[in-house]
Amino acid sequence: MRDEQNQTAKNFVEQVVALAPALAGPRGEGLERFAKAGLPSTRVEAWKFTNLRGLDKLTLGPAPDAATVTVDAIPTALDAPGPRLVFVAGQYRADLSRVGALPEGVVLAASTGDATPVAGEGPFRALNSALSSQGAALRVAAGVKLASPVELVFIAATTGDKAALWNPRITIDIADGAEATVVEHHAGANAGTYVSNIVADVTVGVAARLHHYKLQAEGLDAWHLANISTHLARDAVYDTFVLNLGARLSRHEARQVLDGTGIAARVSGAYAISGNQVSDITTLIDHAKPHCTSREVVKGVIDGSARAVFQGKIIVRPDAQKTDGYQLNRALLLSDQAEINSKPELEIYADDVKCSHGATAGELDEDQMFYLRARGIPRDAARVLLIGAFLDEALDEIIDETVRAYFRARAEAWMGAR
Amino acid sequence: MSLIEIKNLHATVDGKAILKGIDLTINAGEVHAIMGPNGAGKSTLSYVLAGREGYEITEGSVTFDGQDLLSMEIEERAAAGLFLAFQYPVEIPGVSNTTFLKEALNAVRKTRGETPLDAMQFLKLIRAKAKDLSMTDDMIKRAVNVGFSGGEKKRNEALQMAVLQPKLAILDETDSGLDIDALKIVAEGVNKLRGPERGMLVITHYQRLLDYIVPDVVHVLANGRIVKSGGKELALELEANGYAQFGVTEAA
Ligand SMILES: Nc1ncnc2c1ncn2[C@@H]1O[C@H](COP(=O)(O)OP(=O)(O)OP(=O)(O)O)[C@@H](O)[C@H]1O
Ligand SMILES: [Mg+2]
Repeated sequence: MRDEQNQTAKNFVEQVVALAPALAGPRGEGLERFAKAGLPSTRVEAWKFTNLRGLDKLTLGPAPDAATVTVDAIPTALDAPGPRLVFVAGQYRADLSRVGALPEGVVLAASTGDATPVAGEGPFRALNSALSSQGAALRVAAGVKLASPVELVFIAATTGDKAALWNPRITIDIADGAEATVVEHHAGANAGTYVSNIVADVTVGVAARLHHYKLQAEGLDAWHLANISTHLARDAVYDTFVLNLGARLSRHEARQVLDGTGIAARVSGAYAISGNQVSDITTLIDHAKPHCTSREVVKGVIDGSARAVFQGKIIVRPDAQKTDGYQLNRALLLSDQAEINSKPELEIYADDVKCSHGATAGELDEDQMFYLRARGIPRDAARVLLIGAFLDEALDEIIDETVRAYFRARAEAWMGAR
Repeated sequence: MSLIEIKNLHATVDGKAILKGIDLTINAGEVHAIMGPNGAGKSTLSYVLAGREGYEITEGSVTFDGQDLLSMEIEERAAAGLFLAFQYPVEIPGVSNTTFLKEALNAVRKTRGETPLDAMQFLKLIRAKAKDLSMTDDMIKRAVNVGFSGGEKKRNEALQMAVLQPKLAILDETDSGLDIDALKIVAEGVNKLRGPERGMLVITHYQRLLDYIVPDVVHVLANGRIVKSGGKELALELEANGYAQFGVTEAA
């Protein structure tokens, strides 16, 4: 018996089910799970601040055949061409991709067709399990250091007035002692209405290092739903950052399990939104073992009647003594209608730990604005300076300098367009 | 020719009258000093001239270099050549002094129809100006005023003034917080800027500064009005006798 009050967007769910031809095996199970679970309403704690009801207004239709789509620009964060996989409307485009000569032990490939169910809970994982047809996989063998960053580019495209739905799957597996940098681009300027439901599964082995960056610049009518699950082994270094600029509604839900000693995890992000956009960054940092550090800095700028959600949960398991956790969440509200819902949550079951968190929301400082303008800097330029300085505190968390500069430039472009 | 002409200026803050009819004219080439008790309205006058929000002008007018100053935006005033050295300079975390000065100078140059300086030209200029004020490279690179000592902040104000080369510089207690050597250095910087086309309005509590920056006219501002004006000897007289003669008591 479904609990009606805890579900929303039933029409959307029914459309998805109707859209899918009779699915068997793991896909069928996924669809069944999805249909049964439905989509969470705001009565469900984890979705308290993010309302999916709007999905119900969509009329779903097929995604365009990617081969027929002309792509004029492929976003890149890099100065020099590196390996990349490009997907258009959820489908792999070999002609736009560039795998090149990778070091031995590195596999970078588009996964097609094969239905491997994704593990994990939640309706969107189930949906991805059922319908995912294409995705990207990166495997780096033990001890191999991949010098050039790998870019995974997802470009949206739609046809007609129906909304498209695609379900990319990303698998990243960095074996013991290996190192890699991955940059995800989700681009969809002027692409119409679509739902991108991404699942990423990441494993970082013993003493391995992964720099994992994501730029979400979907079209402003898009729904971006991403569910990332990361497993970290002893002495791993994980440096991840998400920059949310696009989408009508985006949910970046990232769960990382620190499942060994000596792990250093940096889980940070920034967003800049306006109009009626909703940006939701929901993270779980699960300290399962002792002597690990985690750092989380999430900052964002909210204009118009946009709304940001930050839910940052840190669990320190009984075993995880000597955990050092730091969390900071700051929002800059540029208008009276702008809103932030911030929910930091510390669940600490060990006694010898150091955990701090802070959350603030404020407006541009009037004295600072006056000071800058009194030196001749026009109002808009002064705002750009102050907003940039504000976001820098988060962007500075990005270890890779090239990516940091690119993300900074994208954030600056957002400010300039105000 | 008058550089700035303030006529019967009245201003209120939150409904409270602070400036109650200021008349003051500064001609090009002149240096005027304003002295007066705490709370008299000296900083308020300087803020109103610079265009800070939160003040209501209830009466009066200000003409700056032939333009109606009070109808101009803050940045327009700066571009037109008005400069306020703040009594309390503002800290701006995350914005480097270099970026700040470059943005400011190029914005002002743009309004004046001049080409912006490129990075090299700018660095050369700022290094030279900083050297004049005995400021280190480190201070130039750091975030604006963040972690600066009181005196360093004042020096930073002087640096901005030297870079922007304003027509009218209003110095609001730029001497307070400066040690004796710094006072001389900053005063020299100010004197360098003196010229037949420029004017200065120096707000200070101490005669000492006026030994270095010798004023043409000294005004006493008390209770929102200029109650007395005179030559530089007026400053000495105030130093000796205080403000009691203007009906101001210590506790006011
Ligand atoms: N927002 C405000 N609301 C009420 N009163 C204010 C406000 N701002 C300033 N004042 C008052 O205006 C008066 C003038 O202040 P101002 O800062 O101009 O004095 P000042 O002459 O510069 O003094 P000082 O020598 O101490 O720097 C003071 O009495 C001050 O308390
Ligand atoms: Mg004052």
